[in-house]
Formats: sequence, C-alpha cells, structure tokens
Amino acid sequence: MTEWLTRLGEYLAIPMVRRALIVGTMIALCSALLGVTLVLRRFSFIGDGLSHTAFGALAVAAVLHLSNEMLLVLPVTVLCAVLLLGAGKNKKTSGDASVAMLSVGAMAFGYLLLNLFPASGNVAGDVCSSLFGSTSILTLSRTEVALCVVLSVLVLAAFVLLYRRLFAVTFDAGFAEASGVHVGFYNLLIAVVSAVIIVLAMNLVGSLLVSALLIFPALSAMRVYRSFLGVTVCAGILSVVCTLFGILASILFNTPVGATVVAADVLAYFLFVLIGRLKKS
Amino acid sequence: MAQIECEDLTLGYEGKTVLSHLTFSVEAGDYLCIVGENGSGKTTLMKTLLGLCRPLSGAVRFGDGVKKNEIGYLPQQTAVQRDFPASVGEIVLSGCVGRCRTPFYGKKERALAEEQIERLGLLPLRDRCYRELSGGQQQRALLARALCATRRLLLLDEPVAGLDPQMTEEMYAIVEELNRRHGITVLMITHDLAAARRYATRVLHIGGEIFFGTREEYLARGKEGENRD
Repeated sequence: MTEWLTRLGEYLAIPMVRRALIVGTMIALCSALLGVTLVLRRFSFIGDGLSHTAFGALAVAAVLHLSNEMLLVLPVTVLCAVLLLGAGKNKKTSGDASVAMLSVGAMAFGYLLLNLFPASGNVAGDVCSSLFGSTSILTLSRTEVALCVVLSVLVLAAFVLLYRRLFAVTFDAGFAEASGVHVGFYNLLIAVVSAVIIVLAMNLVGSLLVSALLIFPALSAMRVYRSFLGVTVCAGILSVVCTLFGILASILFNTPVGATVVAADVLAYFLFVLIGRLKKS
Repeated sequence: MAQIECEDLTLGYEGKTVLSHLTFSVEAGDYLCIVGENGSGKTTLMKTLLGLCRPLSGAVRFGDGVKKNEIGYLPQQTAVQRDFPASVGEIVLSGCVGRCRTPFYGKKERALAEEQIERLGLLPLRDRCYRELSGGQQQRALLARALCATRRLLLLDEPVAGLDPQMTEEMYAIVEELNRRHGITVLMITHDLAAARRYATRVLHIGGEIFFGTREEYLARGKEGENRD
C-alpha cells in the first residue's frame, strides 16, 4: 500500500499526469451533467452516434494531415448533432434509425479512408487509439488542455445558469413552451453541447466508449436519488470520482485509460443498484 | 371583456384544414368543456390558444388582464414523465419558469409554489419522487404546477385520462373547487361527456357540427338528438 502511494506521488509530480487529471475531471463533470438530460429525454444513444461520427471526421482529418484535428472534428460533430436532435423532434420514427445509420456509416467510411490513404505506417494502431482512447489523455499538449478547460467551464456555466429552464424543458417541453421558454433554442443548445463534450471526451476514453461516460453516472444516480437536483449533483460527483480513480488505476497498473475509467463507471453502477435496493427495503 | 376571444378561427397544420370558422369566447369564471371526436382538432385548438401553433386564419385575442403565456396548462402525461426522478416540490416550482427572468428562482416564486402545494394538499408529498406517486397524485402535482403559471385561467387537456373512477371524481372535485371557490376560469378538453354535462357552464363541441353555448343549451340539444334517434 505504501509502495503504491509512493509511486502515485512520483506520478503526480509529472506535469503530464496532472494535466490528464485536470482534463479528466472537467470532462467527467460535464458529460455526467449533460448525460442526465440526455438519458431522461431518451437520447441515450445519441452519444454513441455522435462519437462514431466524430471517428469518421477524425479519419478524414488524419488523411488530410491536419495539424489540429479538432478544427475539423468539432464542427462536423456539432453539425451532425444539430441534424440528429433537430430531426428527432419533428419526425419521431426516424430518430433512432438516423442515429444508427449515421454512426455505422461514419465508422465504415472512416476506416475505409484510413486504409486507402494511410496517414502513418501503423493503421491498426491509429484506429485502435481513436476507438479506445489509449493514452491520448496523457499526451495532450498545453493548447489542447487549455481548450478543454475553457470549453468545459463554458459548459458548466451554461448548465448552472440555465438549470431551471433545462429542468422545465426536460420534464415537459410542451408546458415549458407554453410558458414562453424557447424550447427550440434549448434543444439546439443541448445538441451543440453534446457534440462538444463528446469530442472532448474522445481524448479520454476514445469514440467507442464515450457514451458510457454520458449515461452511466446519470443512470447510477437515478437508482438512489429521487430529486432532479440530487440526481444531477450525484451524477457529477460520481463521474469525477470514477474518472480520477480510473486514470490513477490505469497509470498504476498499466491498463488502458479509457477502458479502466469505463469499468469503474460500470462497477459504480452496480454498487448504486445495490444501494438503491437496500434503501427501498 | 372576455378573457379569450376567438374569431373566425381556421386551424390546421401542413396546409391541411382540421377546423374552420370557429368563433367563441371565454368569460372570467367560465367552466368551458371542449368536446369532440378524436381528430376533430381539439389538440390543435389548444395549441393555438397556448400560442404553440399559428391559426391558418382568424384571430385569438386575450383580454381582461390575461396574457398569452399566463395560461396554466395541464398537458397530457408523456412517457418521459412517468419515471422522471424529480420531487413534487421541484416540479411545482418549475411552473414558475415563465415568470422569472433571473437564472434562479427567488423567494417570490418559492412562496407561490408553496402556496399551490398547500392548496392541492400536496404538503406530505412535497419531497416524494414524482415517479412513485399514483396517477391521481401526479395529476395533482401537475395541476399545482399549472397554477404557478397563472392566477386566472387553466387549460386542462384530458385531465382524467388513465385515472380510476375514484381518482377521476377527486380530480373533478378539485377542478370544480378551483373554478367555483377561487374563480379560476377553466377550459377542459375531455372525452367524458357526462362530466361536461355535470360541471360545464359552457360547452364547445367541435368536429362535424360546431356547437358553442351554455350547458342548458347543450343539454337541450342532446335531448333533441335523442328524440330524433
């Protein structure tokens, strides 16, 4: 135990690790808060769809040898999010079908492009790292960290300031609109913020695992808490705890970061299911 | 002056007319039941009154101090709400969403929500989770929320759908009390013709032949219909 702590201390002295922990915390917090709204509005799958789209965009960026991939990935994902969430509102039937189509389509084209125009000698390695995150969180540059922190702070501020309207829109869009809340604007905002968070979170866990970061904390919190505020706060805290735990564990035990974080989220979910049962009985 | 005046309204969506040449008005203290078959345009009419839908032609005017976004609206429940993790207190307070411009609810809004919670007998349920309530209790919570948005005018969309007979009676009794004792104008969309005959002061029947008149006129018309059959 003391040996672990010493090793942990040594790692924490490395700026790279500290940066990873800061970015991880911010991303975890934002994704959990947004996840509550997404899960409750039955958009759990949107994270999956958008992250796969982002993978496609990432492949295009790699093929084009863009120095900053975010410049392409972020706008493309935002656009898809707006289209998906916007379309889901008007035509109810096409919602999940269009998510499914877009996500597998983007995956297929992304992988195809990477193989046709390999950006480096190790296509399999590149693909694997964008799908599962590998160690990209540990290799973030200062600019990327700054961008991550700024975007996360913006998302958090928006969430706090618009909290009561978000609640009204999530619980009952019809009532909110009749009360003079511009529901369309909030839907758009949720779409854009989802896309931003997903692109950020891909650094942490890779595109295949992003939706875990969105939905698990919210679902866990819903097992135990009965008020919206309780669920939101609990999801945020839980997500941060799991992510920090996952990052540190992955460094200590030399496991893949993304998978370790998500595994921690999954374990926490079962723990919360158990607590929920005990609380009821 | 009437609280709501609809003049020669023609309603529809995507270019299709569902209801035309509708003229009626709602006075303060009225209990208006809107009846009609499925697809006759009840929901479209309601959305138009709430300003969620634009009429194809004609006009809706508000008067007597009622503003467009000050209608207390009790929508039909959605699937999303049935397992929503929120306390009754949070839901009732969210009825103030339209009247408050600051990022957070202030003392005034909280007091208003508290008043409605008390009025509908929800005090013991205030911290309970919405999804654990019975259908009737859920409707009461939503009614309290609607009352936060208005002091004068309630629009109820099939408020007893899915409730058992006892809860239905209870719900009607609450609405009647709000109308008779507190003078709140009630517009209720319903399939329950018996309730329309019993509680309404005025009835609007749409779909096929449009009828708008007092309860007595509606009853007389019903008898005529029976005699004809």
